[in-house]
Amino acid sequence: MSWSEDVFKVLDNHEVATIATVPDAGLTGVLNLCENSETKKVVTLTTEEEGVGLMQGLWLGKQRGALLMQSSGVGNCINALSVVASTRTPCAMLITMRGQWGEFNPWQVPMGHATQPVMEAMGVYCYSVEQADQIAETFDAACGLAFNGGYATAVLIHQRALGTKVF
Amino acid sequence: MDQQVKISVDEQGRLRRRPLVADLVSKRDDALLVTGLGGATYDVAAAGDSDKNFYFWGGMGLTAMTGLGVAIAQPDRRVVVITGDGDMMMGIGSLATIASAAPSNLAILVLDNERFGETGEQIGLSAGCTDMALMAKGAGFETTATLSTEEEIGSLPGLLYKTPGPVFVVAKVAPGNDERVLPSTDGAYLTRRFRDAL
Ligand SMILES: Cc1ncc(C[n+]2csc(CCOP(=O)(O)OP(=O)(O)O)c2C)c(N)n1
Ligand SMILES: [Mg+2]
Repeated sequence: MSWSEDVFKVLDNHEVATIATVPDAGLTGVLNLCENSETKKVVTLTTEEEGVGLMQGLWLGKQRGALLMQSSGVGNCINALSVVASTRTPCAMLITMRGQWGEFNPWQVPMGHATQPVMEAMGVYCYSVEQADQIAETFDAACGLAFNGGYATAVLIHQRALGTKVF
Repeated sequence: MDQQVKISVDEQGRLRRRPLVADLVSKRDDALLVTGLGGATYDVAAAGDSDKNFYFWGGMGLTAMTGLGVAIAQPDRRVVVITGDGDMMMGIGSLATIASAAPSNLAILVLDNERFGETGEQIGLSAGCTDMALMAKGAGFETTATLSTEEEIGSLPGLLYKTPGPVFVVAKVAPGNDERVLPSTDGAYLTRRFRDAL
């Protein structure tokens, strides 16, 4: 998956040293590259909101991190996002969407439907991407805004770009 | 080796948190402190403000994870999380995350008054059958302890500042709210000065 390699390069260019995640199928490529890299540590989370707390701590310690998760995990992060908003701490997020176009599992739809509104309500700048070849460049811009401006930013990778999960 | 800790106990022999924290903070050297919302933030602020303190005023349940982040980013410095039982219980799953990440420079101290002190002293879950140190052990912490007596508390400075981490300690403390000593609530300021102090 070439977009995974491009996203990995973006993480490198922004000097992201720690990746926090509850995995999703669409993130496997990037996560494997990070696991196998000597410049990155992957922290597997119990629940996604921990990742926001981790971003706060990494930034306090002068390191850069990024949070990679599925859209369902965004719901777990809501109150946690108030921390990085209150401290102007960068929080760069890469989110694989579920519950959109062609979703097989209706249980994914409510949170998928709410992902972007919920994030925006918490002050996160969101960028939705429908084409695989635009994921890395959009994430590059999102990281730039996060690290240079002290914002929470998210790239939402649409199911059109990922292909839908079939059972 | 156990260090002398200036002890103060209430009429039932329970440890008073304010002097305990003051004593621990006085032994910090250049340790970085991250404090949980409510009593822990006030206790550490009461011991004297420092730009090497990061105080939570919200984000209940996240204090330990933020401590992990600082510990990963600053591997050569000791990082100590001081928080309440309510905050730790809300993020109890993060003990598995932290144990797996295995930061050798991180210690967590829970000031366990068995109450939600901040919101009116309602009884918390650690007052009952729940043993947080045992949960930490199950999560994979090699060093865990529950300290509740004058005798036991002597090991606390060593555990927090010297023992290879991750370390998890519950200090059972007396209920009752001390005077609220309020540090700055400006999160952006607290963050910037902490970074600048490194
Ligand atoms: C998500 C969330 N739920 C509830 C509260 C209200 N609240 C603030 S502090 C607190 C209790 C904190 O208890 P503990 O961590 O034990 O601190 P202490 O007893 O030392 O004050 C609660 C429930 C909150 N701030 N956030
Ligand atoms: Mg309490």
